[in-house]
This record gives sequence, C-alpha cells and structure tokens, in this order.
Amino acid sequence: MDWDFYGRLLIPALNDGLWISILLILPSASGGLALGILTGTIRTFGSPWLKRIGNIYAGLFRGTPLVVQLFILYFGLPNLGIYLSPYMAAVTGFILCSGAYQSEYIRGGLLSIKRGQLLAAKSLGFSSMGSVFWIILPQAMRRAIPGCGNEIIYLIKYSSLAYIITCIEITGQARDVAATYFRFTESFFVAGLYYLVLVSLAGIALGKLEKKLYIPGFGWHL
Amino acid sequence: MTKGAPPVLQIDDIHKVLGGKEILRGVSMTVDKGELKILIGPSGGGKSTLLQCINFLLPPDQGRIFLEGHEVHFHKKAELYQFRQHVGMIFQDFNLFDHLNALDNVSIALRKVKKIHKAEARERAYHELERVGLAEKMDLYPAELSGGQKQRVSIARALAMDPKVLLLDEPTSALDPDIIGEVLRVIVELARSGMTMIMATHQIGYVKSLTDEILFMENGRIIERGSPEKLLHPDINTRCRGFCEMLNDLIREP
Repeated sequence: MDWDFYGRLLIPALNDGLWISILLILPSASGGLALGILTGTIRTFGSPWLKRIGNIYAGLFRGTPLVVQLFILYFGLPNLGIYLSPYMAAVTGFILCSGAYQSEYIRGGLLSIKRGQLLAAKSLGFSSMGSVFWIILPQAMRRAIPGCGNEIIYLIKYSSLAYIITCIEITGQARDVAATYFRFTESFFVAGLYYLVLVSLAGIALGKLEKKLYIPGFGWHL
Repeated sequence: MTKGAPPVLQIDDIHKVLGGKEILRGVSMTVDKGELKILIGPSGGGKSTLLQCINFLLPPDQGRIFLEGHEVHFHKKAELYQFRQHVGMIFQDFNLFDHLNALDNVSIALRKVKKIHKAEARERAYHELERVGLAEKMDLYPAELSGGQKQRVSIARALAMDPKVLLLDEPTSALDPDIIGEVLRVIVELARSGMTMIMATHQIGYVKSLTDEILFMENGRIIERGSPEKLLHPDINTRCRGFCEMLNDLIREP
C-alpha cells in the first residue's frame, strides 16, 4: 500500500472535498424537494396561468443540460450585475434543476390520488388549498417517495459538476490530485467509492423514511 | 316543526350540462326539517349529479339553492365553504381519507376547517364513532376496514360537522348484500332521531316507513313525487312502482 500517496495526499484531499459535497447536497436536496412539491402542486392544481409558469420552468430546466445552467448562473449572470460565489451558483443550479425533476414525481403522485378524496374534503368545507394540503399532498407524497428518492440519489452524483464552476468538491479534489501526480486511475476510483458510500447512506435513510411514513393501503411493507 | 319556518333546503330549477349532455333539466324540491326524501330512478337519470349540485361539488349552470331561507351565493368562496359545512355528504364509494385512521378521518375537518382544539376534536370524533358502533376501530386505517365499516366511518365524519342536512348518494350500492344491513341500520337510526336527509338509493324497502317523500327521477327531471303509500300503492300504476317491481324481480331471479 502506497501510504504516502493515499494516506497523506488523496484521502485528506477527498475528505476536504467530501465536506464541500455534503454542504452542496444537503441544501440542494431539501431545497429541490421543497421547490418540487410547490411546483408539482401548482402544475397539477394551479390556475391556468400558474400552471403555465410552472410548466415553462420545468420544461426549461429539464430541457437543458445542467452544465449549461451552471455556466449561465456562474459566468452569465455577472453580465446582468449578479455575482454568485461558485458555491452559491452551484447550489442555486442544483435546486432549480432538482426542483424541476422533483415536480414531475410529485405531479405523478398527485395525479394518482382518486378524485373522490378531493370531493370528500370539499364536501366537509375544506377550501381548495386546504384540501390539497391536508388531504391530497400527504397521500401523494407517500406515493412519490421512490421517485423523489431516486432524484436525490441522482443529485448526489451530479453534484460532482460543481467542480466545473470551481467549487472544488470530491471530484474536483480527485482531479487536482490526479493531474498533479498523474495518477488518474487510483484518484477517481477512490472518489467513486466516496460517492458510492454517500449514495448507499442516502438509500438507507430513504428506506427508513419510507418505513416510518408507511400507512396500511400504501404499499406492501411488513 | 313550527309553522312558517323556512325549509332546511330549497332547490329551485337546477339545470346542469355535463359533457354536452343535459343531465339535469330543471329540478326543484324543498326539504323540511326532519324529513327523509328518497331519490330513485334508473341510472343516468341524474340522481348523483343532483346531489353533487346541491353542495356545489358540481356548480349548477342555472337555478338557485336556499339553506334555511337564505340563498347560497356559491361564487363567494367563504360562503360556499361555510355552506358545505352545513351539508353533509355520503358517497357511494365512501371516500374515506386513505392516509388517516378512523378517528382522524372524523376529526380532521373539525380541526382544520372548524379550528376546534385537537383534544376536543378527538373527543367529538370518538363520540361519533361510538354512535355508529365503531369506537373500538378508531386506530384502524381505511385499508383495514370492511366496506360497511368504511361507510359507517364516513357517516360519522359527516355527522361530526353537525350538518343541517345529509345527502346520501347510494350509500349501500358498493356493499355486499350481507353488510348492507349494518349501514342501513345506522341510516334508519338517523332518520328516527330527526336528521334531515336526501338519499339516492335502490334499497327502498328498509326505509320506506320513514320516508316522507319519494322523488322518481328520469332523464334529468323529477317525473313523479309523493309519499311511499301513494307511489308504491299496488292499485295505482306509477312509473316508480314499475321500476321498483323490476328491481325486485331482478333480485328474486335465481
């Protein structure tokens, strides 16, 4: 084992990157989910105008590469006098992109809830907003968990794109070490393991959440 | 009922077009306090649509509805939401909230619509479940209840709001014959206790003696109305009696 390379160079560098990656992923995942719930609900139950705005947003961010979005946020916005730090540009881009995808999973969940639930809520005097918030969303969210979890796992991996706009996280660190010492295979192999561990942990957490939210009639848990 | 008091519900010339088809062609009726009115007639005749128009789940194209003499302006949202609290609705397929246990199904509208405190809402909900004989099932989710139990929970849910009138849309049609009885017993008990109700049903036998008026609907109109004695009298030939006899024949056939 090459202790000097792994122990003194690669691992410490990747650990620095890991910290940045976590700081990227946590706000992006929660912000993206929140934005997705809002947008998905608007795209399903909103007034025609709100629906249109939601659809345009989702269409734009699902229809263009994330790298392009990040470049616009980091290199393009200064032309309009808006300066974002690499970190802020990355988090903003991830939230906007993830929100667009999450909204689609949420929409699927919302559409799967029978219309009778809405009728029953309204017949009890719930407002339209109240019906959606108290009756439809809690059910739709349970149906959307697998899809939303999938998007979070995907986000963990595409957070690696942050290094392109100089927010140096795991991939960026691995690339620096690899380029400096010309040891690409080992550097990226270990970086890959870091992502694998992150994704596995997220998978376990999502599974626990799904169990915790389990209600008879939604899925087939034991 | 004191003379001169306005009817609980007055429905005036309701019209409704759905999907280009005229489903309701001018339906009017009044319901006094404590009355049980039965809507009967072939499917597609407009019974469900009428009930859904009464609490504006389907907004009528034309016509007016009065609650205790006051016209309901359903375009004003606050007024509409208030009105719906006074008009309970029982659906053919129950529509219990699938993510809530029986107790929360009954208490959620108390908490979120009437803004009653949680403990008080739970107590009221428990009492309503007791009334339909399901207190011991309060922790079960809809997926864990039988059809008859679900419908009884949905009746408890409607009653918890203290409705002035209850609309029942074929409450037993989705149930197996052997459990129809447990739901009908609850409905009969309600009628005896003086609840004002409009019920679309084909199970007319059970509630006949309690029924104040039968309304026979066909092609979007009420074509016959009268007491059960009048409409179902063996000596009088009515469209309603013919229909009921046809239903009975279907049941008797081997």
